Amino acid sequence: MMGQFIQQLINGLTLGSVYGLIALGYTMVYGIIGMINFAHGDIYMISAIIAVTVLTLLGSLGIMAVPVALLITLVVAIVFTSVYGWSVERIAYRPLRNASRLAPLISAIGMSIFLQNMVQLTQGARVKPINALLPGGFELFTSNGFTVHLAYTQIMIIAVTAVLLVVFTYLITKTSFGRQQRACEQDRTMTALLGINVDRTISMTFVIGAALAAVAGVMVTVYYGVVDFSIGFVAGIKAFTAAVLGGIGSLPGAMLGGLIIGMIESFWSAYLSPEYKDVATFVLLILVLMFRPSGLLGRPEVEKV
Amino acid sequence: MTTHAHNLPNVASRLKDATGIALVSLLLGVPMIGLKTVDAGGALAIATRWPWLLAFVATMFVGRLVLQFVLDHVKLNKAKRARTRPEIGATRPWLKWIGYGVVGFALVLPIAFSGNRYVVDTATTVLIYVMLGWGLNVVVGLAGLLDLGYVAFYAVGAYTYGLLSTHFGWGFWETLPVAGAAAATFGVILGWPTLRLRGDYLAIVTLGFGEIIRLILVNWTDFSGGPNGIGSIPRPTFFGLPFSPDSDAGPTFASFFHLEYSPEHRVMFLYYLILVLALLTNLFVSRMRKLPVGLAWEAVREDEVACKALGMNVTNVKLSAFAIGAMLGGFAGVFFAARQGFISPESFVFSESATILAIVVLGGMGSQLGVVIASVLLVLLPELGRDFSEYRMLMFGAAMILIMVWRPGGLIAHREPTYRLAKKGAQA
Repeated sequence: MMGQFIQQLINGLTLGSVYGLIALGYTMVYGIIGMINFAHGDIYMISAIIAVTVLTLLGSLGIMAVPVALLITLVVAIVFTSVYGWSVERIAYRPLRNASRLAPLISAIGMSIFLQNMVQLTQGARVKPINALLPGGFELFTSNGFTVHLAYTQIMIIAVTAVLLVVFTYLITKTSFGRQQRACEQDRTMTALLGINVDRTISMTFVIGAALAAVAGVMVTVYYGVVDFSIGFVAGIKAFTAAVLGGIGSLPGAMLGGLIIGMIESFWSAYLSPEYKDVATFVLLILVLMFRPSGLLGRPEVEKV
Repeated sequence: MTTHAHNLPNVASRLKDATGIALVSLLLGVPMIGLKTVDAGGALAIATRWPWLLAFVATMFVGRLVLQFVLDHVKLNKAKRARTRPEIGATRPWLKWIGYGVVGFALVLPIAFSGNRYVVDTATTVLIYVMLGWGLNVVVGLAGLLDLGYVAFYAVGAYTYGLLSTHFGWGFWETLPVAGAAAATFGVILGWPTLRLRGDYLAIVTLGFGEIIRLILVNWTDFSGGPNGIGSIPRPTFFGLPFSPDSDAGPTFASFFHLEYSPEHRVMFLYYLILVLALLTNLFVSRMRKLPVGLAWEAVREDEVACKALGMNVTNVKLSAFAIGAMLGGFAGVFFAARQGFISPESFVFSESATILAIVVLGGMGSQLGVVIASVLLVLLPELGRDFSEYRMLMFGAAMILIMVWRPGGLIAHREPTYRLAKKGAQA
């Protein structure tokens, strides 16, 4: 039983890292303009589709060395996906900056529908399989006839996530962009009065969110090896749930929420029923919010009158 | 005139701007339009579509220039755009007359198009969305609660009728109140623990609830028939008279009224049934708005803290809005099940919730007429696009964005409080 437990822990950690990376994008955008960026899941999906294209292209060019191929794919996916993130903000959200809370939500839902169908039209509706880029892995140990596997892709996902988190934390806490970003979160008017270009900061937030989602998209492509145009919706909802679970607006909270949801999914699938794993996720969300209305790490909001 | 003259020499900057747009379009287009992965005997291969990409970039370039030109000439009033919540007190009595006109049109529509079953069917679909929109309007428009899982209550209504009628032989009219009560109960079950949450937390919880209901319907096969759904649900009858060709079982609608049997009778009956249900919903909601509880909904929407300070039980106010909205959704669900004769979890996915919410918001929150206009728009748009059906959802998404950007307050932005204080001196 120990073996099964460890295996699920590894699987959950992998899945949770991906959810966490996407959740960071949600929570950053929510923190700075207070809206649910419903199209974020589709940004992640676009990155996965781009990754398939790039990997196929590299394969046809004969570039098969794993680190090189992976690095090129990551860079290309980040660049193009960031442009998508930027454009989404520019087209659908910026004109609605001063509108009521629901207006950007609706245009975000519209954007999500648009992106999904755009990809379905331009890239086809079929599932896209790619050859395993990084097959194999370690066999950690065997107990009671159950062998615990740690795939190379899992190591890659966990390692890349860890590195990214360090870079990201540095970016937010130490750089001048990070300071501007946090200032905008607290008070946009005051920040603008201090001579900071609020619009550009918000655009940059979308670009960074999209870049994180792009990394998640590339890694999922390499991990599962299949991608289609509809993967964005479910991943987006899970990641948003993760962001809310951790306390929306809180960056460590998003990562924590992602890990918790990854764990629940893999443990629930292994020990109980895979059909109801999503039900378990949402029930847990409702339970947590009943007792901690601002999420696990969120600060309770004090309403000023 | 001066601004106009000032704008004309800016050709260079306009070109620069359009070039920027073209560049961004190029970046957006390369991975999606320029390159495509195609299935080539098991493995993927790359196909290129450079001419398409060129056309796309050129279209964006020219489109941007034209858009800028148009915007310069229309002189879009920025201040007007920013004011997304209209001032309280902007009364527009003509809206009422448009409303009567729409009801009149709805009444004669099946007669005017009596030979055209397709039109009546589409109009019935529009009316289902109108009813759902009016139901959700109570929650979102009046009480200001963001509900992303409204379709769950629609599903509860539909499955209540589906199960009661196929297992216990219940009829449409007996099930209607039961299904409404069931949906309202679900509303209370969801709302009780969660309604003290702030707006967006509530949004994700309702979204999760909608997914929970759908997943249970998909997976609990013994209860709901799983992904196959429930089939052969009996159609509603005209006070016990079925819409069927002559049968031995008893009088049918056609034989009772000495009409020649025609399948169109049922289509028209269903249309008038949903029209009556929708109008009753409208009447019910507009009456509720004038009751203390309805006034409390609007008060909570405008300022929750003030309501608390006045000693109102905000949770109960929200809960009542939630339950009533859910009940109306349940009614619509019963009608949906009765009309289709077949239901499956496919009909109750998130995009359905999103569509209903879009109808409420696009129409203008709190506006009953706006819901009608938005429903017509959102149902007809994909129908019109049927000839090039691949693109219809694409256009649907694009239309949602464009309408929102064009009119952030909705098509009919309506923020008329039900009651107002009389002006000084002018005692009403």
